Amino acid sequence: MVKEIERAGLPIVHICTVVPISKTVGANRIVPAIAIPHPLGDPNIDADEEFKLREKIVQTALNALTTEVSEQTVFDVK
Amino acid sequence: MSLRVVHYINQFYGGIGGEEKADVKPELREGAVGPGLAINGALGDKGEIVATVICGDSYFGENIEEAKAEVLEMVKSQNPDLFIAGPAFNAGRYGVAAGTITEAVQNELNIPAVTGMYEENPGADMFKKSVYIVSTRDSAAGMRDAVKKMVPLALKIANKEEIGSPEEEGYLERGIRKNIFLEEDGGHRAVEMMVAKIKGEEFKTEYPMPTFDRVDANPPIKDLTTATIALATSGGIVPKGNPDHIESSSASKYGAYDITGVDDLTSEGYETAHGGYDPTYANDEPDRVLPVDVLRKMEKEGKIGKLYDTFFTTVGNGTAVASSKAFAEEYAAKMKEDGVDAVIMTST
Repeated sequence: MVKEIERAGLPIVHICTVVPISKTVGANRIVPAIAIPHPLGDPNIDADEEFKLREKIVQTALNALTTEVSEQTVFDVK
Repeated sequence: MSLRVVHYINQFYGGIGGEEKADVKPELREGAVGPGLAINGALGDKGEIVATVICGDSYFGENIEEAKAEVLEMVKSQNPDLFIAGPAFNAGRYGVAAGTITEAVQNELNIPAVTGMYEENPGADMFKKSVYIVSTRDSAAGMRDAVKKMVPLALKIANKEEIGSPEEEGYLERGIRKNIFLEEDGGHRAVEMMVAKIKGEEFKTEYPMPTFDRVDANPPIKDLTTATIALATSGGIVPKGNPDHIESSSASKYGAYDITGVDDLTSEGYETAHGGYDPTYANDEPDRVLPVDVLRKMEKEGKIGKLYDTFFTTVGNGTAVASSKAFAEEYAAKMKEDGVDAVIMTST
């Protein structure tokens, strides 16, 4: 689906846990997620901390969308 | 001489549990477990599963390096003559784990190894060039068929016999070119193929063209503060009650849902329809899969221009590649029409 959206001309970033799958399939902008059942969350921390964590991941994804890439690039959440 | 075989399976086939147990660490058990019993049957007196390694699919997927090392140690401790993983059918994480561990056992322990999965399993594309992957059906309904193909191939590999073509032995094409001599020369064969094609008769290409499916990255957005960002997911987030009945596996459709005025996805209003991961965390807090709360906040703060009023969702669990392509083609066109500038896709 990521490739079709890219093919339509829209820059897209893939937030996913199993990065090797996204790479094999061919996503160009990839952001690693936390875990399979909760890619943008962590049930083990309190809600406020979790929201901040989610913000960091989304911010990384937005940064990826504003970054020029010439090959598949993984943007690590710092 | 009966070969010592070690078998790798996931937590479901190991009888430990379903998605709620996908985080279990690797465990070594004596003898055959689950589908191993069928494999033992097929091995007959030629081999025996002396030990089974069971590992949770999510544990492996989220800790690939550690899990690989742990499992390799367990395999090594059994001193096997042969290693078999799966079959994983269309289970994505399982296929990736099976492929990863089969490759590692083959290359790092130098033990003959084989696995099996459906050709659309992400593990197939990742590993078919480096290991023998038997082509199976897309669900456990194909267990008998899978074992029937996996065991003979496994024995051939273990006994260092010559392995025939993918069609003969039932494995996925490995991209290996083998030179052979044919009776008729190329010129004759080409003309015969052309004549058959013109006549509309059946013919078989000698060289299937590989699919170079890569799409170049689109240029980045210049200014986030004026950009319209759209959300899409394969994690199956849907309005509570799944009004459009998106299937929990092998989805035949996608949903388009209006989030105008929605600041936050809650467990009262939303849930996940995806049957391939433990839904507890997504049901408790759907923003964990589709981050509407964060993007809405960013929109209010002016960090992004606008959060597109519709999100597109489907269930990525075993959904056919062709279907997913068709869904995305359709909704990408709508996004473009409505002035979306960029998309965030989330996957579980």
